[in-house]
Amino acid sequence: MSVGETEQRTGMIKAVPVRHPGRWVAAAAVAVLAAMLVNNLVTNEAYNWAEQLKYLFSPPVLEGVRNTIWLTVAAMAGGIALGIVLALMRLSANPLLRGAAWIYIWVFRGTPLLTQLLIWGNIGALFPTLGLGIPFGPEFVSAQASALYSAAAAAALGLIFNEAAYMAEIVRGGIQSVDSGQQEAASALGLTKAQTLRRIILPQAMRVIAPPTGNEAISMLKNTSLVMAVPYLELTFAVQNIYAHTYQIIPMLIMACLWYLFLSSLMMIGQHYLERHYGKGYAR
Amino acid sequence: MSETTPTVDGTADGLMVKAEQVCKKFGNVEVLKGIDLQVRQGEVMCVVGPSGSGKSTFLRCINHLEKIDAGRLWVDGQLVGYHQRGHKLYELREKEVAAQRRDIGMVFQRFNLFPHMTALQNVMEAPMLVKGEAKDAARARAEQLLGRVGLSDRMGNYPSQLSGGQQQRVAIARALAMQPKLMLFDEPTSALDPELVGEVLDVMRDLAREGMTMVVVTHEMGFAREVGDSLVFMDEGVVVEQGVPREVLANPQHARTQAFLSKVL
Repeated sequence: MSVGETEQRTGMIKAVPVRHPGRWVAAAAVAVLAAMLVNNLVTNEAYNWAEQLKYLFSPPVLEGVRNTIWLTVAAMAGGIALGIVLALMRLSANPLLRGAAWIYIWVFRGTPLLTQLLIWGNIGALFPTLGLGIPFGPEFVSAQASALYSAAAAAALGLIFNEAAYMAEIVRGGIQSVDSGQQEAASALGLTKAQTLRRIILPQAMRVIAPPTGNEAISMLKNTSLVMAVPYLELTFAVQNIYAHTYQIIPMLIMACLWYLFLSSLMMIGQHYLERHYGKGYAR
Repeated sequence: MSETTPTVDGTADGLMVKAEQVCKKFGNVEVLKGIDLQVRQGEVMCVVGPSGSGKSTFLRCINHLEKIDAGRLWVDGQLVGYHQRGHKLYELREKEVAAQRRDIGMVFQRFNLFPHMTALQNVMEAPMLVKGEAKDAARARAEQLLGRVGLSDRMGNYPSQLSGGQQQRVAIARALAMQPKLMLFDEPTSALDPELVGEVLDVMRDLAREGMTMVVVTHEMGFAREVGDSLVFMDEGVVVEQGVPREVLANPQHARTQAFLSKVL
């Protein structure tokens, strides 16, 4: 063994790295495709960017955006609240509550949202009058459903009732993911079940609940476009109304997509911070 | 629990825990087959035995984490989990059970700290939530308790940032924050790396010295010999032998005790 070799053995390792020829091939393919896309975006006049810019902040589009936002917020808030109730019912020791929640979830998850929204839009045919009274007995107050009911309410309720079924399963999964030792430790300290749920179980379940809830919220943003079945004006409906008389179909739909992308990007930022908040105390 | 009339059996005799023919079944498996045990005020009772002997189950019956199927169990003169009127037993409501548990601290094998709270918050939580203590008072006592278990410099850490021994010491402080009159330890050092066992036993030793009534399910025979006032050997759901730790360990009377001790000592 020569002296030089010994020195090499004790020194820093300078090895020839493994080559990755596949990366170069992939990079070339992606670059070509990207160039084609950019070229298309710039040269294809069917995009009509000028038309898009003209309507981007126009009053009907902004109204659609506003309605899309509030529907998303209302549907998620209501869906989460009702979903927590349903999840607790499914985890309850009371078989009646368990069964009722199961049937609810079965119905609302097992039928298309679009069909449900169509039904909400025609709910007046199902319940012509709404009243308050004793079941199967006398009614104290009663009113025409159409008087109490707006398209906005139908749209929001349709989304909430559907979302609650999905949120219920997400919340139930989150609660069940919390180690049973947590419940025992809280019980041993003298916490009641409600206190344990609120302070110990739910905050930990949130770590598991938050990521899929973020996905649900982003889905919801896009699913609000289905409320045109009610019908209720939101972003996609608004641009449809525009291209119905301008015939600029693709530019308006692309513009709507840009709005959706912008809004969902904002939500992804929010999701990141939410997940970080509920990940407190967990080493990563 | 002020509305419950204390039963005659437990009150005057200075007993902290009194078990009479306690039985517990899981399905068809009889885990406890008639346990008779008494723990005096200030006594440290160590319970040993092979796994599956029912010792942990018995401990969990004491604070009603498990419901007993037969017999009677009193803590500080109060029937655990039930209210007796005449010859009839009434199940306690959830709030009443919670109220009974306030005075009984428990330390678990796997610590069961609340992972989303810092060490300090873990200790403050129950006094604030259950006793409605003011935040400042709860914090002051939590700081003092964490200091007592040697963790003054770790109060802001989350459980995941603490070693097993440190976590278990936080768990002891958390139980002490409720100012219990009885402490239950369910194999508190069994999940720890060997070099961390000592720091937890030291804290328990100090606690015993200060006069805390303790029931300790453990495999630490050295601790039982040195700190325990009494030693109970359980096997297959019965108390096989009990007595002064030094004597039981040095001179076990029963064949089953001898067989068990020959394996662990």
